Amino acid sequence: MNDTATAIRITPANAGMGRSMMTSTSPPAIDIRDLDFFYGKGHALKNVNMAVPANSVTAIIGPSGCGKSTLLRTINRIYEMYPDQYATGEIVIDGRDILDRRYPLSDLRRLVGMVFQKPTPFPSSIKANVAFALSYYERLSKSELNDRVEDALRQAALWDEVKDKLGQSALSLSGGQQQRLCIARTIAVRPEILLLDEATSALDPISTAKIEELIHELRERFSIVIVTHNMQQAARISGNTAFFHLGELIEFGSTSDIFTNPREQRTKDYITGRYG
Amino acid sequence: MAIPARRRIADIVAFTFATAATVFGLVWLTWILWTTLAQGAVALTPTLFKEMTPPPGATGGLLNAFYGSAVMIGLGLIIGAPIGVAAGTYLAEHGRYTRLAAIVSFVNDILLSAPSIVIGLFVYELVVRTSGHFSGYAGALALAMILLPIVVRTTEESLRLVPDQMREAGFALGLPRWRVTRKILYKAALSAILTGILLGVARIAGETAPLLFTALNNQFWSSSLGGPLANVPVVIFQYAMSPYDEWHELAWAGAFVLTVFVLVLNITVRLLARRGKS
Repeated sequence: MNDTATAIRITPANAGMGRSMMTSTSPPAIDIRDLDFFYGKGHALKNVNMAVPANSVTAIIGPSGCGKSTLLRTINRIYEMYPDQYATGEIVIDGRDILDRRYPLSDLRRLVGMVFQKPTPFPSSIKANVAFALSYYERLSKSELNDRVEDALRQAALWDEVKDKLGQSALSLSGGQQQRLCIARTIAVRPEILLLDEATSALDPISTAKIEELIHELRERFSIVIVTHNMQQAARISGNTAFFHLGELIEFGSTSDIFTNPREQRTKDYITGRYG
Repeated sequence: MAIPARRRIADIVAFTFATAATVFGLVWLTWILWTTLAQGAVALTPTLFKEMTPPPGATGGLLNAFYGSAVMIGLGLIIGAPIGVAAGTYLAEHGRYTRLAAIVSFVNDILLSAPSIVIGLFVYELVVRTSGHFSGYAGALALAMILLPIVVRTTEESLRLVPDQMREAGFALGLPRWRVTRKILYKAALSAILTGILLGVARIAGETAPLLFTALNNQFWSSSLGGPLANVPVVIFQYAMSPYDEWHELAWAGAFVLTVFVLVLNITVRLLARRGKS
């Protein structure tokens, strides 16, 4: 799919129009409607409307505290771990509103995987990390499990580096390898959507490049949403970019448009380094 | 660059006080160890671990007391540790942001600092009075009640030290809370939780007051938890108060073994904690 061709431009002003444009082509992977998010009394996301296209990379950029991580944390409802955090509005995935409390969390999180800023390997072996969620969701024979683990590690471009030490502790891997392990562990259960929350900001440039290449390959199989502080990264890897400021979606469109020809003054100020 | 005289003097004063305080603390420990060893050395023979507590004027050992202590500590551990770990898990995980957990945690802190003699009297009323006799079960129950709040506290603290990122990563995979707790958090906090349990065992190993009202003592060999059971702390207490030299020596030897046991537990705890960090 050609990202630029299907890209849509949704601003708070023409959000409704953008959605209808979207439905006329292919359905969006994530359709966010009138989303508001609160940390207690803090209003972190304000009336966000955004249709994230399928099988492409969507970057979310904006200054610290603009709500970009919050948006990601809403899409898999991880915020529900904490009291006083809540969302209103709708997030429609595969025709169902996932913010509906009746939507089972384990179904949602199997569908929507998430990788965090800091690598979070579990204190067990490399293989156990990948098999962890897999063996919870699916009843697999030993050889099937091994195949799926290998498959996930290959997809995460980690197999060649770890194939001889699957039994070793995941904590013995380097930071970049640990992060790719976290990606492998997430895609092992075959989600449709991958959320990456500044997944490379704790890594060195070489590891970052490897993960960017990986994201580039994975976009054919998954709909990827990546939050990043690094504007060059957004420009390199994404087809569409959304710019957030103070909890509002300021501009959403094809990455080339956002970076070369932004319509909003605030977007222009941010990408030219005026603030952030 | 020259350091001003005032800072140098302040440094010397602080250094002197800190060193003096450390030496002050160590002197007592060395003194206790040395005295118990010197006084108990006479009785510190294989007989100590082979024979029963003797009547006045005869020789003997402390086998029945060691056995009784071991059994009651063991049973206290079996009762107290699992409940403590479960309650600590509730406080740190399931009930984390609830009012109930805050109240339970507060009450647990009170129980933690309750004088052990009060717990002894409580179990006396609860078990000894109702059953009509002292028993090893009552002793084990009293020890479990002292162990419990320690394990609750240390388990709660150990789990709280596991970063939230670990929980988020587990939950983000769609795993239910019990699985995240059992497979990830317990693994991450294992050495800290074990440390808490061992420290609890070290604490109950030396408790005298709660056993005085519950297990009492037994001059003879008895392996039954249903009746009065010999135990090291109460034997030390009774023999030390007696007018007989042989009993004094046995009391010293018992005290030495007990102190070394607690010391070894503490060193194990240190090693565990260090392993947990690396």
